[in-house]
Amino acid sequence: MARFDPVLADIRFGCGLSPTIASPADAAEMMTRLEGPDTIAARFEIEDFPTFGQRMLELDRIRKARGKVDKADKEAYRAIDKQYKLSRASGRKAMKTWMWRSFMRRVHTQDGLRERLAFFWADHFTAIGKGALLRRAHSPYVETAIRPHLTGYFADMLKSVVRAPLMLNALDQERSMGENSFRRAQKGASKQSRFGLNENFAREMLELHTLGVGGPYTQDDVRQLAELMTGLSYGRSGKFQYKRDYAEPGAETVLGKKYGGSSKARAGEVMEVFDDLAVHPATAAHLSRKLAVHFIGDMPDAGLVAHLEARYNETGGHLGKVIQALLEHPAAWADDRPGNIKQPVDFIGSSLRALSVMPDALDENDEKALSQILHVPLIHMGQLWGIPLGPDGWPEDDAEWITPQRLAARLQWALARPGRLKAKLPDPRGFVDVALGGRASPALEFAAKAAEDRRTGIGLILASPEFQRM
Amino acid sequence: MAMSMDRRGFLKTSLLGCSAAASPFLTPVSFAAAPWDARLVVIILRGAMDGLDAVQPWGAPEYAGYRPGMPRPGDASGPLDLGGFYAMHGALAPLKPMWDKGELGFVQAVSTPYRNKRSHFDGQDILEAGAMVNGQPVRDGWLNRMLQGVPGIEADTAYAVGRSDMLLMRGDAPVANWAPGSDIGGWSAQGMRLLEQVMHDDPLFRDALDEAELLSDADQADQDPETMTGGMMNMTEMSAPAKKAAPTGGHRAIARYAGERLRGDSRIAAFSLNGWDTHAGQKAALSRALGRLSDVIEDLKSSTGPVVWGKTAVVVMTEFGRTVRLNGTRGTDHGTGGAMILAGGALRGGRVAGKWPGLGEAELYNRRDLMPTADVREYAAWMMRDLFGLSRGALEGTIFPGLEMSANPKLIL
Repeated sequence: MARFDPVLADIRFGCGLSPTIASPADAAEMMTRLEGPDTIAARFEIEDFPTFGQRMLELDRIRKARGKVDKADKEAYRAIDKQYKLSRASGRKAMKTWMWRSFMRRVHTQDGLRERLAFFWADHFTAIGKGALLRRAHSPYVETAIRPHLTGYFADMLKSVVRAPLMLNALDQERSMGENSFRRAQKGASKQSRFGLNENFAREMLELHTLGVGGPYTQDDVRQLAELMTGLSYGRSGKFQYKRDYAEPGAETVLGKKYGGSSKARAGEVMEVFDDLAVHPATAAHLSRKLAVHFIGDMPDAGLVAHLEARYNETGGHLGKVIQALLEHPAAWADDRPGNIKQPVDFIGSSLRALSVMPDALDENDEKALSQILHVPLIHMGQLWGIPLGPDGWPEDDAEWITPQRLAARLQWALARPGRLKAKLPDPRGFVDVALGGRASPALEFAAKAAEDRRTGIGLILASPEFQRM
Repeated sequence: MAMSMDRRGFLKTSLLGCSAAASPFLTPVSFAAAPWDARLVVIILRGAMDGLDAVQPWGAPEYAGYRPGMPRPGDASGPLDLGGFYAMHGALAPLKPMWDKGELGFVQAVSTPYRNKRSHFDGQDILEAGAMVNGQPVRDGWLNRMLQGVPGIEADTAYAVGRSDMLLMRGDAPVANWAPGSDIGGWSAQGMRLLEQVMHDDPLFRDALDEAELLSDADQADQDPETMTGGMMNMTEMSAPAKKAAPTGGHRAIARYAGERLRGDSRIAAFSLNGWDTHAGQKAALSRALGRLSDVIEDLKSSTGPVVWGKTAVVVMTEFGRTVRLNGTRGTDHGTGGAMILAGGALRGGRVAGKWPGLGEAELYNRRDLMPTADVREYAAWMMRDLFGLSRGALEGTIFPGLEMSANPKLIL
C-alpha cells in the first residue's frame, strides 16, 4: 500500500520541488504548516479587497467629475479623461504585480499546499468582474474572501464569498431586486425598470458552488433562492451591503425549508440558507469528488472520494479535516503514471520554483516584462490570469490542456523564458534531479546530457511529460 | 475568443518570427481529400443567444409587449424586415445582401432535448455531444462521430479552430486543432529531435507534439509576405495596437483561418463564439455579439472564395434560447426554444424555417420560454444528409442516436 512520499508531497500537493527548500517530512508537517500562520502572504503582500475598494471609489469619483466637464472645453476634458484612464490603468498594472507575487509565493513557500488550495477554491468560486476595474480584482478577492478560510468550515468560506462584492458583481446579484420589494413599490416598477429579479447567482450557487450539476434541486428552488438573495449588494467603495429595500418580502422555501419572513428582512436570515447548503450531503459528495479530481487525477479512486465525503459529513464540512483525510488516504500516495496534467499556473509556478527564481529577477512594476514572461504565455497556454471562460472555472480534463497549440505555448515558454529570469541557467544534468526528484525517464536523463546548450537542456526538462504531470 | 490574436499580433509576439518553418525534418503535410467536396462550418454560440431578438417575430401580436423599449422595425439601425412576420436584428444588417441572394436563413423555435435546468454547461455539452445516455451527454461530439463513419478521413479533413477546445469535435476520428498564430518556437532541429524522444512514451504529449509540428509548418507556409514585413521583432510583447486588436479581432482571425483551410483540402471546420449570456443590458450586449457573428460570416465568405463558398454551409447553434419577457435588468434569462442561423453558398436560404409556436401565455413553455417545436439536431442532420449524402440510418443511429428525422426541410441547394 502506498505511503507518504516527500517528493510526491511537493509535486502533487505542493508547488513542485525546490533546490533550496526541503520537502515536508510527513503529512503532519504539511498540516501544521497549513494550519499555522500565513507567513508567505506576509512576505509577498497582495492588496486586500477593502483597499481595492478605494480604487473603485477613486475611479467613480473621477468618472463623475469627468461627467461634469463640458466636452466643448477640450483641454479640460482631455485632462480629466487622462486622469480617468490613468486610474483605470493602475488596476491593470497592479493586477500583474499581484500575479508576480502569487508566483513568488509558490516559489518561496514551505507550505505549497496552501497555495494550491487557495487556487482550487478561487477556481471553485470563480468570479469574473465586469468593467475595466473590477475585471482586475481577482487577487484582492481571493486574498480577502477565500484565503482566510482554507482550513475552516466550508460554510464560512461560502458565506464570505456570498458577501464578496466581486462575486455579487460577477453574477449580477447586486442588481437583483424583488418584484414586490419596497423600492419597486415606492418608486413604481417603471422607474426601476433596470432592476428586477435575477436568478444568475442563485442558479450558480446550487449548480456550481454547493449541490452540483444534477443535484437535488428544481427550477422552483432556484427561483425561491433568488428571491431570498435579493438585497445582497455592495456600495461604491466595494463594501458588502444588505439593501433591505431590494429584498423580496415574505419567506422563501428552498429545498423544502422556509427562510426569512420576519417583518424586517435581515442579511443574517438570508445567511442561514448557506449554512444548510454547505452541509448538505450532495454538497459533500460534489466537493469531495472535485477535490480528488483536482489533486489526484481525472478518474480518482472511489475509496478515496468516499473517505473525503465521510469526513466532510462527520465534521459538518470542516475543510481542514477533509484535507487531513485526503493526505492520510493511501490512494493519495499511489504513484500511478501518468499523473494529472499541471494547469498552466502550476506548470509555470513549478518551473520557477525548480529554477529558484528570486523576487528581484525582474522589476515587479515592469508591466511589459510581466506580460512577456508570464501574462501572455499564460493566455497562450489557455489560462488568462484569474479569468476563466465562465463561472464554472478551469477545466480539469487533462486533454483540455495539452492540445497542439497550448503545448506549443508551453514549449515556447520552457525554451525562452527561464533564461530571462536567471542570469545563469543551472547545469541540466543536475537540474533534472532538482526538478524531478529521481522521477525522470531514461530518455529524459539522456536528453538532459545530450542537449546542445543549457537553454535547450532546461527547456527539455521543463517540457518533459514527467515534469508537466503531477 | 477574446484570447486570440490576429496574425499580425502574433508575429509581434512570436519568439522567432518565421524561422520554425525552416526546421529540416518537419514532415510535409499530406493533404487527402474527403469523399465529398461540400464544406460544413459549425459555429457554437456559447452563453445562449436570444433567438427572439436575433429573428424577431413582429407578426406575433404579443411580441412588442414582451419587449418594451427595444428597437422596432423602421427605427434607425433597428431590425430589418424579412418578409412580413419576422425581422432580423439590426446588427445583422451587413448580411442582408446574403439574405437577398438566398445565402442566409434562420430556423426558429428549435432546441436540444435538454429541459428545465437551464445550465449553460449542461446545455452546451448536450448540444455538442448530440446524444445522452441515462440523462448524461455522451463523451464524444456529434461532428466527430460523423467523421468516424467516413472512410479516408485524414488529420486535416476537419479543423477545430481557436484556443478553446470543443466537445463537438472530440472523439476517435482525427481532428486538427489549431489557433491561428500558435507556434512551437525557437527549438533547434536537434532540440526538437530530443523533444520527440522525451515525449515518445506519453501518447497525449506525443500526439499533440506531432500535430503542433505539422500545423506550425503549414501555418508558417501560409504567412502572407506583406504582413511579415515589420513583424519580425524579437521577444517583444503584444504591441499596443495588437493588444487592442485582440478582443475585437480574434474572431475574424479565426474565421479567416477556417476559410483558408476550407479553400484547401479541409471539409469541416468548427469554432465557438462567446458573449451571448445577456442577463442585463441586452440591447448593447447582443448588438456586439451579433456584430461579431456578422464579421465571421462575411469573413468566411471572402476567405473561402466564390467557388468554395458555393459549396459551403454554415450552421450556427446555441445551447438554448432565453426568456420571452425582458427581465428587470433589461436582459433575458435562460430559456428553452431558440433559433439557428444558417449561411453559405450551398444554402437554400432567404427564409425562416421552423414551425412557429405562438407567444400567447398558454403557448409558452412553462409560461416563460418559447416553446420548441423541433429538435435543433434534426436540421443539422438533414443538412449533413444533403451535403454529404449520409444515410438516415447513420444519422439517426450513430451521429444523433435516437433522433427521429421527420420531413426534409430542404435547406441545401
